[in-house]
Amino acid sequence: MIRERYLNLAVLAGLLALALWALAGDQPFTITLLTKVVILGLAAAGLNIALGIGGLVSLGHAVFFGLGGYAMGILAFHAQNFAPLELGPLSIAGTKSMPVIWLAAIAVSAAVAVVIGLLSLRTSGVYFIMITLAFGQMFYYFAISWSVYGGEDGLSIYVRNGFPGLNTLDPIQFFGICLAILCLVLLLSDRLARSPFGLALNAARQVPVRVETVGLSPTRLKLLAFVISGAITGLAGALYADLNRFVSPTMFSWQLSGELMVLVILGGVGRLIGPVVGAAIFVALEHLLGGLTEFWHIWLGVILLLIVLFARGGVVGLISPRRVGHD
Amino acid sequence: MTEPVLATRDLTKSFGALKASDGISIDLRPGEIHAIIGPNGAGKSTLIHQICGGLRPDSGTVHLLGRDVTAEGIAARARLGLGRTFQISALAMEDSVLQNAMLGALGHSGRPWRFWRPALRDPDLRARAEDSLHRVGLADHMHKRTANLSHGQRRQLEVAVALTLDPKAFIMDEPMAGLGAEGSALLTRFLDELRAQAPILLVEHDMDAVFALADRISVLVYGRVIATGTVDEIRASAEVREAYLGEEA
Ligand SMILES: Nc1ncnc2c1ncn2[C@@H]1O[C@H](COP(=O)(O)OP(=O)(O)O)[C@@H](O)[C@H]1O
Ligand SMILES: [Mg+2]
Repeated sequence: MIRERYLNLAVLAGLLALALWALAGDQPFTITLLTKVVILGLAAAGLNIALGIGGLVSLGHAVFFGLGGYAMGILAFHAQNFAPLELGPLSIAGTKSMPVIWLAAIAVSAAVAVVIGLLSLRTSGVYFIMITLAFGQMFYYFAISWSVYGGEDGLSIYVRNGFPGLNTLDPIQFFGICLAILCLVLLLSDRLARSPFGLALNAARQVPVRVETVGLSPTRLKLLAFVISGAITGLAGALYADLNRFVSPTMFSWQLSGELMVLVILGGVGRLIGPVVGAAIFVALEHLLGGLTEFWHIWLGVILLLIVLFARGGVVGLISPRRVGHD
Repeated sequence: MTEPVLATRDLTKSFGALKASDGISIDLRPGEIHAIIGPNGAGKSTLIHQICGGLRPDSGTVHLLGRDVTAEGIAARARLGLGRTFQISALAMEDSVLQNAMLGALGHSGRPWRFWRPALRDPDLRARAEDSLHRVGLADHMHKRTANLSHGQRRQLEVAVALTLDPKAFIMDEPMAGLGAEGSALLTRFLDELRAQAPILLVEHDMDAVFALADRISVLVYGRVIATGTVDEIRASAEVREAYLGEEA
Protein backbone atom coordinates (compact mmCIF):
# COMPACT_ATOMS: atom_id res chain seq x y z
CA MET A 1 0.00 0.00 0.00
CA ILE A 2 1.46 3.27 -1.16
CA ARG A 3 0.50 6.76 -0.11
CA GLU A 4 -1.36 8.34 -2.99
CA ARG A 5 0.98 11.30 -3.18
CA TYR A 6 4.01 9.06 -3.71
CA LEU A 7 2.17 7.02 -6.31
CA ASN A 8 1.28 10.19 -8.23
CA LEU A 9 4.88 11.36 -8.24
CA ALA A 10 6.14 7.88 -9.13
CA VAL A 11 3.86 7.65 -12.18
CA LEU A 12 4.89 11.08 -13.47
CA ALA A 13 8.58 10.45 -12.77
CA GLY A 14 8.24 7.03 -14.41
CA LEU A 15 6.90 8.60 -17.61
CA LEU A 16 9.79 11.06 -17.68
CA ALA A 17 12.32 8.30 -16.98
CA LEU A 18 10.93 6.11 -19.75
CA ALA A 19 11.09 9.00 -22.21
CA LEU A 20 14.70 9.75 -21.28
CA TRP A 21 15.55 6.06 -21.59
CA ALA A 22 13.96 6.02 -25.04
CA LEU A 23 15.93 9.15 -25.92
CA ALA A 24 19.20 7.51 -24.86
CA GLY A 25 18.29 4.40 -26.87
CA ASP A 26 17.34 6.54 -29.86
CA GLN A 27 13.76 5.30 -30.01
CA PRO A 28 11.67 8.30 -31.07
CA PHE A 29 8.61 6.11 -31.61
CA THR A 30 8.56 5.15 -27.94
CA ILE A 31 8.70 8.83 -27.05
CA THR A 32 5.74 9.42 -29.32
CA LEU A 33 3.81 6.63 -27.58
CA LEU A 34 4.63 8.16 -24.21
CA THR A 35 3.48 11.54 -25.49
CA LYS A 36 0.21 9.92 -26.45
CA VAL A 37 -0.13 8.55 -22.92
CA VAL A 38 0.45 12.01 -21.51
CA ILE A 39 -2.05 13.71 -23.83
CA LEU A 40 -4.79 11.10 -23.43
CA GLY A 41 -4.13 11.19 -19.70
CA LEU A 42 -4.60 14.96 -19.81
CA ALA A 43 -7.86 14.62 -21.75
CA ALA A 44 -9.15 12.06 -19.25
CA ALA A 45 -7.92 14.19 -16.34
CA GLY A 46 -10.27 16.84 -17.68
CA LEU A 47 -13.15 14.37 -17.73
CA ASN A 48 -12.18 13.20 -14.25
CA ILE A 49 -13.10 16.60 -12.78
CA ALA A 50 -16.66 16.38 -14.14
CA LEU A 51 -17.04 12.64 -13.63
CA GLY A 52 -14.92 11.92 -10.59
CA ILE A 53 -15.69 14.89 -8.39
CA GLY A 54 -18.92 16.20 -9.89
CA GLY A 55 -20.45 12.81 -10.73
CA LEU A 56 -21.36 14.05 -14.22
CA VAL A 57 -21.37 11.04 -16.52
CA SER A 58 -20.54 12.88 -19.73
CA LEU A 59 -20.56 10.75 -22.82
CA GLY A 60 -19.79 13.80 -24.90
CA HIS A 61 -16.32 14.85 -23.86
CA ALA A 62 -15.08 14.13 -27.35
CA VAL A 63 -16.77 17.44 -28.21
CA PHE A 64 -14.07 19.28 -26.30
CA PHE A 65 -11.28 17.02 -27.52
CA GLY A 66 -12.44 17.66 -31.07
CA LEU A 67 -12.91 21.39 -30.52
CA GLY A 68 -9.35 21.62 -29.25
CA GLY A 69 -8.18 19.61 -32.24
CA TYR A 70 -10.04 21.78 -34.72
CA ALA A 71 -8.98 24.99 -32.96
CA MET A 72 -5.43 23.88 -33.70
CA GLY A 73 -6.27 22.59 -37.17
CA ILE A 74 -8.14 25.68 -38.31
CA LEU A 75 -5.68 28.23 -36.93
CA ALA A 76 -2.71 26.35 -38.37
CA PHE A 77 -4.50 25.77 -41.67
CA HIS A 78 -5.06 29.51 -42.13
CA ALA A 79 -1.48 30.21 -41.14
CA GLN A 80 -0.04 27.77 -43.66
CA ASN A 81 -2.38 29.10 -46.40
CA PHE A 82 -1.67 32.73 -45.50
CA ALA A 83 -5.44 33.34 -45.73
CA PRO A 84 -7.14 34.80 -42.67
CA LEU A 85 -10.16 33.13 -41.15
CA GLU A 86 -13.24 35.18 -42.12
CA LEU A 87 -15.96 35.03 -39.50
CA GLY A 88 -18.58 37.48 -40.73
CA PRO A 89 -17.11 40.94 -40.12
CA LEU A 90 -14.25 39.40 -38.15
CA SER A 91 -10.99 38.52 -39.83
CA ILE A 92 -8.74 36.33 -37.71
CA ALA A 93 -5.20 35.61 -38.79
CA GLY A 94 -4.07 32.00 -38.49
CA THR A 95 -1.22 31.14 -36.18
CA LYS A 96 1.44 28.49 -35.72
CA SER A 97 2.08 29.47 -32.10
CA MET A 98 1.20 26.72 -29.63
CA PRO A 99 0.42 29.02 -26.69
CA VAL A 100 -2.03 31.05 -28.79
CA ILE A 101 -3.61 27.85 -30.11
CA TRP A 102 -3.92 26.48 -26.57
CA LEU A 103 -5.69 29.62 -25.40
CA ALA A 104 -8.06 29.39 -28.35
CA ALA A 105 -8.73 25.70 -27.64
CA ILE A 106 -9.42 26.42 -23.98
CA ALA A 107 -11.65 29.41 -24.73
CA VAL A 108 -13.73 27.64 -27.37
CA SER A 109 -14.11 24.47 -25.30
CA ALA A 110 -15.08 26.43 -22.21
CA ALA A 111 -17.64 28.48 -24.12
CA VAL A 112 -19.23 25.38 -25.65
CA ALA A 113 -19.15 23.66 -22.26
CA VAL A 114 -21.18 26.53 -20.79
CA VAL A 115 -23.89 25.98 -23.41
CA ILE A 116 -23.89 22.18 -23.21
CA GLY A 117 -23.73 22.34 -19.43
CA LEU A 118 -26.63 24.79 -19.13
CA LEU A 119 -28.81 22.55 -21.27
CA SER A 120 -27.75 19.15 -19.98
CA LEU A 121 -27.58 19.97 -16.26
CA ARG A 122 -31.33 20.47 -16.27
CA THR A 123 -31.46 16.70 -16.45
CA SER A 124 -29.62 13.96 -14.61
CA GLY A 125 -28.87 10.28 -14.80
CA VAL A 126 -29.43 8.58 -18.12
CA TYR A 127 -30.89 11.75 -19.70
CA PHE A 128 -27.71 13.63 -18.94
CA ILE A 129 -25.71 10.87 -20.61
CA MET A 130 -27.98 10.99 -23.65
CA ILE A 131 -27.86 14.77 -24.04
CA THR A 132 -24.08 14.87 -23.85
CA LEU A 133 -23.92 11.99 -26.32
CA ALA A 134 -26.28 13.84 -28.66
CA PHE A 135 -24.08 16.94 -28.59
CA GLY A 136 -21.10 14.77 -29.45
CA GLN A 137 -22.91 13.37 -32.47
CA MET A 138 -23.94 16.84 -33.61
CA PHE A 139 -20.35 18.03 -33.65
CA TYR A 140 -19.20 14.82 -35.29
CA TYR A 141 -21.57 15.14 -38.23
CA PHE A 142 -20.96 18.86 -38.48
CA ALA A 143 -17.21 18.21 -38.80
CA ILE A 144 -17.85 15.56 -41.43
CA SER A 145 -19.86 17.98 -43.53
CA TRP A 146 -17.47 20.91 -43.06
CA SER A 147 -15.63 20.47 -46.34
CA VAL A 148 -13.53 23.65 -46.05
CA TYR A 149 -11.56 21.87 -43.33
CA GLY A 150 -11.36 18.49 -45.00
CA GLY A 151 -14.76 17.09 -44.07
CA GLU A 152 -14.57 13.38 -43.47
CA ASP A 153 -10.94 13.20 -44.58
CA GLY A 154 -9.75 15.57 -41.90
CA LEU A 155 -7.10 18.20 -42.10
CA SER A 156 -3.33 17.77 -42.24
CA ILE A 157 -0.87 20.29 -40.89
CA TYR A 158 2.54 20.16 -42.56
CA VAL A 159 4.74 21.31 -39.73
CA ARG A 160 4.12 21.00 -36.01
CA ASN A 161 3.24 24.33 -34.37
CA GLY A 162 5.94 26.23 -32.54
CA PHE A 163 6.72 27.07 -28.96
CA PRO A 164 9.05 29.99 -28.19
CA GLY A 165 12.56 28.77 -27.52
CA LEU A 166 11.92 25.10 -28.20
CA ASN A 167 12.12 22.81 -31.20
CA THR A 168 8.72 21.15 -31.11
CA LEU A 169 9.64 18.79 -33.93
CA ASP A 170 12.08 17.09 -31.59
CA PRO A 171 9.95 14.34 -29.96
CA ILE A 172 11.51 14.69 -26.54
CA GLN A 173 10.94 18.44 -26.47
CA PHE A 174 7.30 18.08 -27.47
CA PHE A 175 6.95 15.32 -24.87
CA GLY A 176 8.41 17.70 -22.30
CA ILE A 177 5.86 20.40 -23.16
CA CYS A 178 2.98 17.93 -22.83
CA LEU A 179 4.26 16.47 -19.57
CA ALA A 180 4.74 19.94 -18.09
CA ILE A 181 1.15 20.83 -18.97
CA LEU A 182 -0.10 17.55 -17.50
CA CYS A 183 1.78 18.19 -14.25
CA LEU A 184 0.39 21.71 -14.07
CA VAL A 185 -3.18 20.54 -14.69
CA LEU A 186 -2.86 17.74 -12.14
CA LEU A 187 -1.55 20.22 -9.59
CA LEU A 188 -4.53 22.48 -10.29
CA SER A 189 -6.96 19.51 -10.09
CA ASP A 190 -5.46 18.43 -6.81
CA ARG A 191 -5.87 21.87 -5.30
CA LEU A 192 -9.35 22.16 -6.76
CA ALA A 193 -10.47 18.83 -5.31
CA ARG A 194 -9.50 19.90 -1.80
CA SER A 195 -10.54 23.54 -2.10
CA PRO A 196 -13.83 24.92 -0.77
CA PHE A 197 -15.19 24.58 -4.30
CA GLY A 198 -14.11 20.94 -4.39
CA LEU A 199 -15.66 20.27 -1.00
CA ALA A 200 -19.00 21.63 -2.20
CA LEU A 201 -18.80 19.90 -5.58
CA ASN A 202 -17.96 16.61 -3.94
CA ALA A 203 -21.03 16.94 -1.73
CA ALA A 204 -23.16 18.02 -4.71
CA ARG A 205 -22.30 14.70 -6.35
CA GLN A 206 -23.37 12.71 -3.30
CA VAL A 207 -26.34 14.64 -1.90
CA PRO A 208 -27.36 17.67 -3.95
CA VAL A 209 -30.22 18.48 -1.58
CA ARG A 210 -27.76 18.84 1.30
CA VAL A 211 -25.77 21.38 -0.69
CA GLU A 212 -28.93 23.37 -1.37
CA THR A 213 -29.90 23.17 2.28
CA VAL A 214 -26.71 24.98 3.26
CA GLY A 215 -27.55 27.69 0.73
CA LEU A 216 -25.41 26.71 -2.26
CA SER A 217 -26.48 25.82 -5.79
CA PRO A 218 -25.45 22.29 -6.87
CA THR A 219 -26.24 23.16 -10.48
CA ARG A 220 -23.88 26.13 -10.54
CA LEU A 221 -21.14 24.11 -8.90
CA LYS A 222 -21.56 21.34 -11.45
CA LEU A 223 -21.72 23.79 -14.34
CA LEU A 224 -18.39 25.32 -13.41
CA ALA A 225 -16.89 21.84 -12.96
CA PHE A 226 -18.16 20.90 -16.40
CA VAL A 227 -16.62 24.02 -17.94
CA ILE A 228 -13.24 23.51 -16.29
CA SER A 229 -13.39 19.87 -17.30
CA GLY A 230 -14.23 20.69 -20.92
CA ALA A 231 -11.50 23.32 -21.13
CA ILE A 232 -8.84 20.82 -20.01
CA THR A 233 -10.03 18.16 -22.44
CA GLY A 234 -10.04 20.82 -25.16
CA LEU A 235 -6.44 21.72 -24.40
CA ALA A 236 -5.56 18.04 -24.66
CA GLY A 237 -7.31 17.92 -28.04
CA ALA A 238 -5.08 20.72 -29.36
CA LEU A 239 -1.97 18.85 -28.20
CA TYR A 240 -3.22 15.58 -29.67
CA ALA A 241 -3.78 17.23 -33.04
CA ASP A 242 -0.28 18.64 -32.85
CA LEU A 243 1.14 15.23 -31.97
CA ASN A 244 -0.41 13.73 -35.12
CA ARG A 245 -0.24 16.93 -37.18
CA PHE A 246 -3.72 15.91 -38.20
CA VAL A 247 -7.31 16.45 -37.12
CA SER A 248 -10.36 14.56 -38.28
CA PRO A 249 -13.99 14.11 -37.22
CA THR A 250 -13.02 10.95 -35.27
CA MET A 251 -11.80 13.30 -32.54
CA PHE A 252 -15.50 14.12 -32.06
CA SER A 253 -16.70 10.50 -32.17
CA TRP A 254 -18.67 8.90 -29.39
CA GLN A 255 -16.12 6.10 -29.35
CA LEU A 256 -13.58 8.66 -28.23
CA SER A 257 -15.93 9.91 -25.50
CA GLY A 258 -16.29 6.30 -24.40
CA GLU A 259 -12.55 5.74 -24.44
CA LEU A 260 -11.96 8.77 -22.24
CA MET A 261 -14.43 7.35 -19.77
CA VAL A 262 -12.72 3.95 -19.96
CA LEU A 263 -9.39 5.60 -19.13
CA VAL A 264 -10.86 7.24 -16.04
CA ILE A 265 -12.56 4.04 -14.85
CA LEU A 266 -9.49 1.88 -15.51
CA GLY A 267 -7.24 4.19 -13.53
CA GLY A 268 -9.72 5.01 -10.79
CA VAL A 269 -12.64 7.44 -10.86
CA GLY A 270 -11.88 10.60 -8.92
CA ARG A 271 -8.25 9.63 -8.33
CA LEU A 272 -5.77 12.28 -9.37
CA ILE A 273 -3.38 10.08 -11.32
CA GLY A 274 -6.10 7.61 -12.37
CA PRO A 275 -6.58 9.00 -15.89
CA VAL A 276 -2.84 8.86 -16.58
CA VAL A 277 -2.59 5.27 -15.36
CA GLY A 278 -5.64 4.42 -17.45
CA ALA A 279 -4.08 6.07 -20.51
CA ALA A 280 -0.83 4.16 -19.96
CA ILE A 281 -2.65 0.84 -19.81
CA PHE A 282 -4.73 1.75 -22.84
CA VAL A 283 -1.79 2.80 -25.01
CA ALA A 284 0.30 -0.15 -23.88
CA LEU A 285 -2.46 -2.62 -24.76
CA GLU A 286 -3.12 -0.91 -28.06
CA HIS A 287 0.57 -1.05 -28.93
CA LEU A 288 1.41 -4.51 -27.62
CA LEU A 289 -1.77 -6.38 -28.56
CA GLY A 290 -2.80 -4.18 -31.47
CA GLY A 291 0.10 -5.62 -33.47
CA LEU A 292 -1.02 -9.20 -32.77
CA THR A 293 -4.73 -8.92 -33.24
CA GLU A 294 -7.25 -6.47 -34.56
CA PHE A 295 -9.46 -7.43 -31.66
CA TRP A 296 -7.30 -6.06 -28.87
CA HIS A 297 -10.29 -4.10 -27.62
CA ILE A 298 -11.66 -7.44 -26.35
CA TRP A 299 -8.80 -7.63 -23.89
CA LEU A 300 -9.38 -4.05 -22.89
CA GLY A 301 -13.00 -5.03 -22.29
CA VAL A 302 -12.00 -7.97 -20.12
CA ILE A 303 -9.74 -5.78 -17.99
CA LEU A 304 -12.45 -3.14 -17.69
CA LEU A 305 -14.94 -5.80 -16.62
CA LEU A 306 -12.59 -7.11 -13.94
CA ILE A 307 -11.99 -3.60 -12.67
CA VAL A 308 -15.67 -2.73 -12.51
CA LEU A 309 -16.55 -6.04 -10.83
CA PHE A 310 -13.69 -6.41 -8.39
CA ALA A 311 -11.84 -3.12 -8.09
CA ARG A 312 -14.18 -0.16 -8.18
CA GLY A 313 -11.36 2.19 -7.30
CA GLY A 314 -9.53 1.20 -10.48
CA VAL A 315 -5.84 0.40 -10.61
CA VAL A 316 -4.98 3.36 -8.39
CA GLY A 317 -7.54 2.16 -5.85
CA LEU A 318 -5.82 -1.23 -5.75
CA ILE A 319 -2.41 0.25 -5.12
CA SER A 320 -3.42 3.10 -2.87
CA PRO A 321 -6.82 2.79 -1.17
CA ARG A 322 -8.55 6.09 -0.59
CA ARG A 323 -8.28 7.70 2.80
CA VAL A 324 -11.03 9.91 4.09
CA GLY A 325 -10.98 13.53 5.07
CA HIS A 326 -7.33 14.47 4.91
CA ASP A 327 -5.97 17.74 3.60
CA MET B 1 -47.37 40.36 19.87
CA THR B 2 -43.92 40.02 18.34
CA GLU B 3 -43.78 39.25 14.67
CA PRO B 4 -43.33 35.55 13.88
CA VAL B 5 -39.98 34.44 12.48
CA LEU B 6 -41.74 32.08 10.14
CA ALA B 7 -45.36 31.95 9.02
CA THR B 8 -47.40 29.92 6.56
CA ARG B 9 -50.78 31.13 5.35
CA ASP B 10 -53.36 28.74 3.89
CA LEU B 11 -50.86 26.31 2.41
CA THR B 12 -52.54 23.83 0.13
CA LYS B 13 -50.89 20.93 -1.61
CA SER B 14 -52.54 18.00 -3.34
CA PHE B 15 -51.03 14.83 -4.72
CA GLY B 16 -53.74 13.76 -7.16
CA ALA B 17 -56.90 13.37 -5.14
CA LEU B 18 -55.00 13.41 -1.83
CA LYS B 19 -54.92 16.72 0.02
CA ALA B 20 -51.59 16.48 1.83
CA SER B 21 -51.84 20.11 3.00
CA ASP B 22 -55.29 21.57 3.43
CA GLY B 23 -55.10 25.23 4.31
CA ILE B 24 -52.27 25.14 6.81
CA SER B 25 -51.55 28.37 8.68
CA ILE B 26 -48.96 28.10 11.42
CA ASP B 27 -46.28 30.38 12.74
CA LEU B 28 -43.06 30.18 14.65
CA ARG B 29 -42.40 32.92 17.21
CA PRO B 30 -39.07 34.08 18.56
CA GLY B 31 -37.68 31.87 21.31
CA GLU B 32 -40.25 29.10 21.05
CA ILE B 33 -40.34 25.46 20.17
CA HIS B 34 -43.43 24.83 18.11
CA ALA B 35 -44.05 21.12 17.72
CA ILE B 36 -46.03 19.59 14.89
CA ILE B 37 -47.52 16.22 15.73
CA GLY B 38 -49.83 13.95 13.84
CA PRO B 39 -50.17 10.35 12.68
CA ASN B 40 -48.07 8.91 9.88
CA GLY B 41 -49.13 10.27 6.53
CA ALA B 42 -50.77 13.34 8.08
CA GLY B 43 -48.67 15.62 5.87
CA LYS B 44 -45.95 16.74 8.28
CA SER B 45 -43.02 16.16 5.92
CA THR B 46 -45.00 17.67 3.07
CA LEU B 47 -45.46 20.81 5.18
CA ILE B 48 -41.74 20.92 5.98
CA HIS B 49 -40.86 20.61 2.31
CA GLN B 50 -43.08 23.55 1.44
CA ILE B 51 -41.59 25.63 4.23
CA CYS B 52 -38.03 24.82 3.14
CA GLY B 53 -38.63 25.34 -0.57
CA GLY B 54 -38.35 21.80 -1.91
CA LEU B 55 -42.01 21.68 -2.82
CA ARG B 56 -44.19 24.46 -4.26
CA PRO B 57 -47.59 24.79 -2.61
CA ASP B 58 -50.63 24.78 -4.89
CA SER B 59 -51.73 27.92 -3.06
CA GLY B 60 -50.85 29.85 0.07
CA THR B 61 -47.67 31.61 1.17
CA VAL B 62 -44.59 31.14 3.30
CA HIS B 63 -43.09 34.18 5.04
CA LEU B 64 -39.65 34.18 6.59
CA LEU B 65 -38.70 37.19 8.73
CA GLY B 66 -41.61 39.10 7.27
CA ARG B 67 -40.57 38.40 3.72
CA ASP B 68 -42.61 36.37 1.23
CA VAL B 69 -40.34 33.50 0.19
CA THR B 70 -43.00 31.35 -1.47
CA ALA B 71 -41.28 31.67 -4.85
CA GLU B 72 -37.76 31.10 -3.52
CA GLY B 73 -35.87 27.80 -3.78
CA ILE B 74 -34.22 25.77 -1.03
CA ALA B 75 -30.85 27.50 -1.28
CA ALA B 76 -32.29 31.02 -1.16
CA ARG B 77 -34.36 30.21 1.93
CA ALA B 78 -31.32 28.67 3.59
CA ARG B 79 -29.36 31.85 2.94
CA LEU B 80 -32.20 33.88 4.42
CA GLY B 81 -31.94 31.88 7.62
CA LEU B 82 -33.59 28.47 7.55
CA GLY B 83 -31.60 25.68 9.18
CA ARG B 84 -33.11 22.34 8.47
CA THR B 85 -32.51 18.74 9.47
CA PHE B 86 -33.87 15.84 7.45
CA GLN B 87 -36.06 12.98 8.59
CA ILE B 88 -33.77 10.64 6.67
CA SER B 89 -30.18 11.81 7.02
CA ALA B 90 -28.93 13.60 3.93
CA LEU B 91 -25.18 13.63 4.45
CA ALA B 92 -22.15 13.14 2.22
CA MET B 93 -21.48 9.58 3.34
CA GLU B 94 -18.08 9.26 1.65
CA ASP B 95 -16.77 12.36 3.36
CA SER B 96 -15.55 12.80 6.88
CA VAL B 97 -17.78 14.12 9.63
CA LEU B 98 -15.72 17.30 9.67
CA GLN B 99 -16.13 17.78 5.94
CA ASN B 100 -19.89 17.56 6.28
CA ALA B 101 -19.86 20.19 8.98
CA MET B 102 -17.48 22.31 6.90
CA LEU B 103 -19.90 22.21 4.01
CA GLY B 104 -22.38 23.95 6.30
CA ALA B 105 -19.74 26.47 7.31
CA LEU B 106 -18.97 27.04 3.64
CA GLY B 107 -22.64 27.64 2.90
CA HIS B 108 -22.75 30.11 5.78
CA SER B 109 -19.69 31.93 4.42
CA GLY B 110 -21.40 32.20 1.03
CA ARG B 111 -18.01 31.91 -0.66
CA PRO B 112 -17.69 28.53 -2.41
CA TRP B 113 -15.84 29.96 -5.43
CA ARG B 114 -12.37 29.43 -4.04
CA PHE B 115 -10.15 26.95 -5.80
CA TRP B 116 -6.69 26.97 -4.34
CA ARG B 117 -6.36 26.74 -0.58
CA PRO B 118 -7.54 23.43 0.93
CA ALA B 119 -10.86 23.88 2.69
CA LEU B 120 -9.64 21.95 5.71
CA ARG B 121 -6.91 24.54 6.22
CA ASP B 122 -9.31 27.47 6.21
CA PRO B 123 -9.28 28.52 9.87
CA ASP B 124 -12.66 30.26 9.79
CA LEU B 125 -14.51 27.39 8.16
CA ARG B 126 -12.79 24.93 10.38
CA ALA B 127 -13.50 26.78 13.61
CA ARG B 128 -17.19 27.10 12.78
CA ALA B 129 -17.45 23.43 11.83
CA GLU B 130 -15.54 22.15 14.85
CA ASP B 131 -17.52 24.36 17.18
CA SER B 132 -20.79 22.88 15.92
CA LEU B 133 -19.49 19.33 16.16
CA HIS B 134 -18.34 20.07 19.66
CA ARG B 135 -21.76 21.34 20.66
CA VAL B 136 -23.55 18.18 19.50
CA GLY B 137 -20.90 15.93 21.04
CA LEU B 138 -19.27 14.69 17.83
CA ALA B 139 -15.88 16.35 18.30
CA ASP B 140 -14.21 13.03 19.01
CA HIS B 141 -15.50 11.55 15.77
CA MET B 142 -14.80 14.33 13.35
CA HIS B 143 -12.20 12.48 11.29
CA LYS B 144 -14.41 9.44 10.84
CA ARG B 145 -16.02 8.63 7.54
CA THR B 146 -19.66 9.62 7.85
CA ALA B 147 -20.78 6.23 6.53
CA ASN B 148 -19.15 4.67 9.59
CA LEU B 149 -21.20 6.68 12.07
CA SER B 150 -24.01 5.06 14.03
CA HIS B 151 -27.55 6.06 13.22
CA GLY B 152 -27.69 8.29 16.27
CA GLN B 153 -24.43 9.99 15.42
CA ARG B 154 -25.73 10.78 11.95
CA ARG B 155 -28.73 12.46 13.54
CA GLN B 156 -26.34 14.50 15.66
CA LEU B 157 -24.38 15.45 12.56
CA GLU B 158 -27.59 16.60 10.87
CA VAL B 159 -28.10 18.97 13.77
CA ALA B 160 -24.45 20.07 13.69
CA VAL B 161 -24.66 21.02 10.02
CA ALA B 162 -27.76 23.10 10.75
CA LEU B 163 -25.87 24.80 13.60
CA THR B 164 -23.04 25.88 11.29
CA LEU B 165 -25.57 27.96 9.35
CA ASP B 166 -26.38 30.05 12.42
CA PRO B 167 -30.00 30.11 11.22
CA LYS B 168 -32.84 32.40 12.23
CA ALA B 169 -35.14 29.38 12.52
CA PHE B 170 -34.54 25.67 12.86
CA ILE B 171 -36.80 23.25 11.01
CA MET B 172 -36.37 19.71 12.28
CA ASP B 173 -38.14 16.68 10.84
CA GLU B 174 -38.20 13.90 13.44
CA PRO B 175 -34.70 14.46 14.83
CA MET B 176 -35.26 11.85 17.55
CA ALA B 177 -36.29 9.09 15.15
CA GLY B 178 -34.38 5.92 15.97
CA LEU B 179 -32.26 7.53 18.69
CA GLY B 180 -33.23 5.32 21.62
CA ALA B 181 -34.14 6.55 25.09
CA GLU B 182 -30.73 7.88 26.06
CA GLY B 183 -30.12 9.63 22.75
CA SER B 184 -33.56 11.22 22.83
CA ALA B 185 -33.00 12.48 26.35
CA LEU B 186 -29.67 14.03 25.35
CA LEU B 187 -31.10 15.69 22.26
CA THR B 188 -34.11 16.89 24.26
CA ARG B 189 -31.80 18.67 26.65
CA PHE B 190 -29.85 20.12 23.74
CA LEU B 191 -32.91 21.46 21.92
CA ASP B 192 -34.20 22.92 25.16
CA GLU B 193 -31.19 25.23 25.21
CA LEU B 194 -31.07 25.73 21.46
CA ARG B 195 -34.39 27.59 21.38
CA ALA B 196 -32.63 30.56 22.98
CA GLN B 197 -30.45 30.79 19.86
CA ALA B 198 -33.30 30.47 17.35
CA PRO B 199 -36.86 29.14 17.48
CA ILE B 200 -37.47 25.55 16.40
CA LEU B 201 -40.26 24.10 14.33
CA LEU B 202 -40.14 20.53 15.50
CA VAL B 203 -41.86 17.61 13.82
CA GLU B 204 -41.59 14.75 16.26
CA HIS B 205 -43.18 11.42 17.09
CA ASP B 206 -41.58 11.08 20.49
CA MET B 207 -44.36 12.39 22.74
CA ASP B 208 -42.19 12.53 25.84
CA ALA B 209 -39.84 14.85 23.98
CA VAL B 210 -42.68 16.93 22.56
CA PHE B 211 -44.42 17.37 25.89
CA ALA B 212 -41.12 18.18 27.57
CA LEU B 213 -40.02 20.74 24.99
CA ALA B 214 -42.89 22.36 23.19
CA ASP B 215 -44.10 25.85 23.98
CA ARG B 216 -46.93 25.22 21.55
CA ILE B 217 -48.15 22.17 19.71
CA SER B 218 -50.06 21.97 16.44
CA VAL B 219 -51.85 18.75 15.62
CA LEU B 220 -51.99 17.81 11.97
CA VAL B 221 -54.48 15.23 10.72
CA TYR B 222 -55.21 14.55 7.05
CA GLY B 223 -53.43 17.74 6.01
CA ARG B 224 -55.37 19.97 8.43
CA VAL B 225 -54.29 21.63 11.64
CA ILE B 226 -57.07 20.48 13.96
CA ALA B 227 -55.68 22.19 17.05
CA THR B 228 -52.91 24.53 18.17
CA GLY B 229 -52.20 25.19 21.81
CA THR B 230 -49.96 24.74 24.81
CA VAL B 231 -48.99 21.29 26.03
CA ASP B 232 -51.76 21.34 28.63
CA GLU B 233 -54.39 22.52 26.16
CA ILE B 234 -53.48 19.83 23.65
CA ARG B 235 -53.38 17.16 26.31
CA ALA B 236 -56.81 18.22 27.46
CA SER B 237 -58.38 18.48 24.02
CA ALA B 238 -60.95 15.79 23.42
CA GLU B 239 -60.74 16.21 19.66
CA VAL B 240 -57.00 15.59 19.70
CA ARG B 241 -57.29 12.56 21.90
CA GLU B 242 -59.83 11.10 19.58
CA ALA B 243 -58.10 11.92 16.34
CA TYR B 244 -54.55 11.34 17.29
CA LEU B 245 -53.75 10.01 20.69
CA GLY B 246 -56.10 7.16 19.86
CA GLU B 247 -58.12 7.33 23.06
CA GLU B 248 -61.86 7.23 23.27
CA ALA B 249 -62.99 10.58 24.53
N1 LIG C 1 -44.38 13.29 -3.70
C1 LIG C 1 -45.54 12.70 -3.33
N2 LIG C 1 -46.38 12.21 -4.26
C2 LIG C 1 -47.55 11.64 -3.90
N3 LIG C 1 -47.95 11.51 -2.64
C3 LIG C 1 -47.16 11.98 -1.66
C4 LIG C 1 -45.92 12.60 -1.96
N4 LIG C 1 -45.34 12.98 -0.79
C5 LIG C 1 -46.19 12.60 0.18
N5 LIG C 1 -47.29 12.02 -0.33
C6 LIG C 1 -48.44 11.55 0.43
O1 LIG C 1 -48.92 12.63 1.20
C7 LIG C 1 -49.31 12.19 2.48
C8 LIG C 1 -48.52 12.93 3.54
O2 LIG C 1 -47.18 12.45 3.56
P1 LIG C 1 -46.08 13.02 4.52
O3 LIG C 1 -46.07 14.50 4.42
O4 LIG C 1 -44.81 12.31 4.25
O5 LIG C 1 -46.65 12.58 5.95
P2 LIG C 1 -45.94 12.53 7.36
O6 LIG C 1 -44.60 13.17 7.26
O7 LIG C 1 -46.86 13.26 8.25
O8 LIG C 1 -45.85 11.09 7.74
C9 LIG C 1 -49.08 10.68 2.52
O9 LIG C 1 -50.31 10.05 2.24
C10 LIG C 1 -48.09 10.45 1.42
O10 LIG C 1 -48.28 9.18 0.86
MG1 LIG D 1 -42.61 12.46 7.68
